[in-house]
Amino acid sequence: MALSKRKRSQVIRGVQYAVLVIVVVLLALVANWGQIRRAFFNLSAAGEQFPEIISTALVNTIIYTALGFAFGLVVGLVLALMRLSSVGPYRWIATVYIEFFRGVPALLVFIAFGYGVPLAFQARFDNYTTVMLSLGLVGSAYMAETIRAGIQAVPKGQLEAARSLGMSRGRTMVTIVIPQAFRIILPPLTNELILLTKDSSLIYLLGLARDEYELAKFGREGLNTTGSLTPILLAGLCYLIITIPLSLLSRRLERRTGGRKVSSPESTGLEVSA
Amino acid sequence: MTAQTQAQDPDTGLAVEITGLTKSFGSLQVLRGIDLAVRPGEVVCIIGPSGSGKSTLLRCVNLLEEPNGGTVRVHGTELTHPDVDIDAARRQIGMVFQSFNLFAHLNVLNNLTVAQRKVLRRGQAEAEQVARANLAKVGLAEKAGAMPAQLSGGQQQRVAIARALSMDPKVMLFDEPTSALDPELVGDVLGVMRQLADEGMTMLVVTHEMQFARDVADRVLFMDGGVVVEEGPAAQVIGDPQHERTKSFLSRVLYPTHQGPSD
Repeated sequence: MALSKRKRSQVIRGVQYAVLVIVVVLLALVANWGQIRRAFFNLSAAGEQFPEIISTALVNTIIYTALGFAFGLVVGLVLALMRLSSVGPYRWIATVYIEFFRGVPALLVFIAFGYGVPLAFQARFDNYTTVMLSLGLVGSAYMAETIRAGIQAVPKGQLEAARSLGMSRGRTMVTIVIPQAFRIILPPLTNELILLTKDSSLIYLLGLARDEYELAKFGREGLNTTGSLTPILLAGLCYLIITIPLSLLSRRLERRTGGRKVSSPESTGLEVSA
Repeated sequence: MTAQTQAQDPDTGLAVEITGLTKSFGSLQVLRGIDLAVRPGEVVCIIGPSGSGKSTLLRCVNLLEEPNGGTVRVHGTELTHPDVDIDAARRQIGMVFQSFNLFAHLNVLNNLTVAQRKVLRRGQAEAEQVARANLAKVGLAEKAGAMPAQLSGGQQQRVAIARALSMDPKVMLFDEPTSALDPELVGDVLGVMRQLADEGMTMLVVTHEMQFARDVADRVLFMDGGVVVEEGPAAQVIGDPQHERTKSFLSRVLYPTHQGPSD
């Protein structure tokens, strides 16, 4: 049977819709809707979560993420500059650091930080500091590579113009290159922030007091006390309250920087030595 | 002679003094011993085929390229001396690039003030005053608030000239300033450069604009293969070239339709 090209693509599309409908219908028939409603949509269990799920858990998640992101950004910038340094040992140290923290599960980093640091240094930071350090260290490894790529994406002519005006290497970096690099990497950096928001769910390992709970821990506690999965659903929705605006923002930034990239007709490859 | 007297030797009275300059990129020797002396207020145009080393020569004058040998002096300061503060030396040398290189994240006014404030340590008010004066000079006073991406190529290049002038340079270097421009925008940029030359600015210009070189340059250098093949007054080098290579280059540039099978 010789179908025309157009005919065949119509048939293929029809099959795709059919498969979708069949799967949805099957799932709908198989699922126990009563159980689902009782487990995930228990109104009294939901009521118990408020207002703490917002006033404590959501706020804490935002605070932890913000602290980790800020610290990670600073360390990431330093690492990126080390990676681009003309001093060999700086490059090696940064490379080892980045490969280590990118290759190790964040979970292990949190355990190591929660239990290892107090042992090793006979010092116990308060939880906010520990969160900032451990989330920041994990985030910084990812951010360092993004920042480095951004710095290298700044056209070489920008550096030459700055140097020809008498700016030193460091001044050029700080005043001309880094601001433009951050403009370029704003979209991927926003994605790092989303990842970090979710990673913040791992800090329950540090052992938190009730007023230090973040969303995931708070949801699990709710699950234990109410025996209903509703708190978990609510916690999930709260994450989306944070992450969906961020991902919309990231997409908007992407469009903006994509439409009007750094203007220079002659954008060459670049070797920066910081 | 101590390092100090080597670095500071103003008695020649020359704006730019280059002796025995050599530069290689890997195994490719781009400059094979250039000597050049430019008096204050002189306008020197450097012409030649692409790959002749003329841009590299210009970029060696403010050490954007590090020469392999020879010396570069600008108003008595030996830039090639190891002890010299190159950032300080570059403040006296304005540079205009083929691709403009305006700072993409700053508006026009801030493009003109950033180096004044960070390098010359001028206050905001003074820097802004200098910037606005130079913008007016290049005919773009009303563009102070614009971003570079909103300007035409010709406007960007004039802003770039104003930016360099805002540092009060003693010497201006132009590296093919009109080569990236649409033909109808070239005139504005050349007009600004002409005005600058009339005001007595010392200028080194790498260019393909023969009419400009003929009208404005006090002296024209023809470079080929990393050496200065011929130099002299503009009318002589462009109007009555002596060397075969100069003649063939000029015939190709001036009468491109008469081009033969090419070499």
